[in-house]
Amino acid sequence: MALAAARVSMPEQARRGEIVNVKALMRHPMETGYRVDDMGRPIERHIVERFRVTYGGDEVFAIDLTQGVAANPFFAFYLRADESGPVVFTWEDDRGEVTTVTRELTVTS
Amino acid sequence: MIDRRGALTRLLAAGGLLLAPPRLAATPELRDRAVAELTGGQPVRDGRVTLTIPAIAENGLSVYTTVAVDSPMTPEDHVRAIHILSEKNPIARLASFRLTPRSGIAQVSTNIRLAASQQVTALAELSDGSFWRDRRDVVVTLAACIDGG
Repeated sequence: MALAAARVSMPEQARRGEIVNVKALMRHPMETGYRVDDMGRPIERHIVERFRVTYGGDEVFAIDLTQGVAANPFFAFYLRADESGPVVFTWEDDRGEVTTVTRELTVTS
Repeated sequence: MIDRRGALTRLLAAGGLLLAPPRLAATPELRDRAVAELTGGQPVRDGRVTLTIPAIAENGLSVYTTVAVDSPMTPEDHVRAIHILSEKNPIARLASFRLTPRSGIAQVSTNIRLAASQQVTALAELSDGSFWRDRRDVVVTLAACIDGG
């Protein structure tokens, strides 16, 4: 079962040194593992455990998640635009599913 | 005599809506232990961190939370990590954000789950090894819990 779509919102272009706002949204149940189904059976935990952002190949931001993060995890954060290059967003869940979104950021002087 | 809390717990559990069975709930002591693990016993100071969270959360399943830290975010002086902690959820540490100087601004936002009315803690770890925090009380309304899907 593949993870559903992830979405990223960030500018495609920025001036060198400019700080850009990034928003990332993943459709995921973030099932806590504490709930039971209609028959009273426990529902197995199913969460995104790690979110990582690389920029020009370097890891610049990451999040360790727990079931304390709401379903369809949303994150907003910032990056400093220092070079043109790919910004790669990766979500890894506890069933080994990996979702990646890549954006090119063009830096102008 | 019917225990009101027990009856309510069973009612919520029956609907599959209870975020945290009471036996799994964290306590302020467990939250403090989680903080001590993160800090390695270093002192935690109030200040530099601003936790923005609604005073009244209508839906405990998704509470919009922002943490900002006063930092120049230079290689010499930056925020390494921001942690959000709970004293009443099943687990104390809700999320840990790893920042670098290339984050530019030390500000992060996400939606957290809150199993009960409680005090939420934002803890920041700086590159000089110091720890700073902010804390906010949040009232989670019952109606929101029942509405949450």
